[in-house]
Amino acid sequence: MSDDTLRVSKIRDGTVIDHVPGGQALKVLAILGIDGSAGETVSVGMNVPSDKLGRKDIVKVEGRELSQAEVDVISLIAPAASINIVRDYEVVEKNRVVRPDRVEGVLACPNPNCITTGDEPVASAFEVLDAGVRCAYCDTIIRRDIADHI
Amino acid sequence: MRHDHLISAKQLSRDDIEAVLDRAATIADDPPDHGDAILALLFFEPSTRTKMSFDAAMKRLGGTTVDMGPVETSSVKKGETLADTVRVVEGYADAIVLRHPSEGAAKMASEFVDVPLINAGDGAGQHPSQTLLDLYTIRENAGLDDLTIGIMGDLKYGRTVHSLASALTNFDARQHFVSPESLRLPRSVRYDLHEAGAQVREHTDLEEVLSELDVLYVTRIQRERFPDENEYRAVAGQYRIDEGTLAAAREDLVVMHPLPRVDEISADVDDTTRAKYFEQAHNGVPVRMALLDAMIGGEDR
Ligand SMILES: [Zn+2]
Repeated sequence: MSDDTLRVSKIRDGTVIDHVPGGQALKVLAILGIDGSAGETVSVGMNVPSDKLGRKDIVKVEGRELSQAEVDVISLIAPAASINIVRDYEVVEKNRVVRPDRVEGVLACPNPNCITTGDEPVASAFEVLDAGVRCAYCDTIIRRDIADHI
Repeated sequence: MRHDHLISAKQLSRDDIEAVLDRAATIADDPPDHGDAILALLFFEPSTRTKMSFDAAMKRLGGTTVDMGPVETSSVKKGETLADTVRVVEGYADAIVLRHPSEGAAKMASEFVDVPLINAGDGAGQHPSQTLLDLYTIRENAGLDDLTIGIMGDLKYGRTVHSLASALTNFDARQHFVSPESLRLPRSVRYDLHEAGAQVREHTDLEEVLSELDVLYVTRIQRERFPDENEYRAVAGQYRIDEGTLAAAREDLVVMHPLPRVDEISADVDDTTRAKYFEQAHNGVPVRMALLDAMIGGEDR
């Protein structure tokens, strides 16, 4: 089986996120804030056999190109992911994700007493560690389930 | 010191620490004159001692202090953000000392001001100026090299502990952490100690390590951390020291506490040569004089 079998959901304009570790696609959707309620067209392939990963997930989002901040956070749960920008059915850009040193404004700090969780005019910021991320303000470390903090 | 702000003990190198401690040792005898300097004391939660200590230090340098009064009567009560408060106050003062109940408050506040800002405690986060006076006291009484220190009590929420532990990674110190399981060091502090290659062990029982210690640093276990009073009693009793407990300790053990204490150190320890906690509190003034001197107009700036 190859990507071709997923042609059924070929998109016109938007983003294909490929090489997501098997079972992580719903987390990618969570990172993108997609729960279907806004009527987006999204197709998800889960646990598709892959030479590189064994099993991988693929997420295709119609009509949307991702922000760098979103790509940065995806890289934390899917370090081997590739981000393909599709315009008029053609892949016009194909990029591997790169783990950033820092992600800003996407994750919320799980520490309820952190200054970033109040009404202050400050965006959340997390330093990226080898395994997990760390709040740049209160030092709280999130190791797994990073997508739960979006 | 070449920092614009002092937010966390993690910023402090061995050289920074030694420069402040060396200066603290002499500054009281011949204080530099900062006669035109104004220090703003912003205490969003009560801390009489830390506040008085900074106040005294600034005044010993010939300067003055301004403060916002109790939180209940200030604009904070009306819902002003901390970011706005510090941006207003930086216009009044040459430096700001901030105590705030939220972790990360000092770091955030420092991003909004150009005057130096000193973190005097942010929730359960950090309290680096306390660490400098702790280190001063340790250096005077036990030395900072080849040190075996026990740090006991509420290690989870104890900001003085978090700052002290990270500062000690600059020295040849073996750190033993003694606490109930539920109040052990937070993951972030353990992570930093591990990254720094510190020699660290954790214990639930002081007896396991007491006889090896040069210094025992005791902190208070707060009643409000426990949902149930009985649970608190059961735990707190195990982390209380008196002369009997210390029988197994070395004769020259140094007992420290950031104060205020409730009953975790029995009064019978006070009169022994081991008790250094009042001396430690007094050291707050010269150490903070040295710190302020470095930050608001020392030779380095
Ligand atoms: Zn935080």
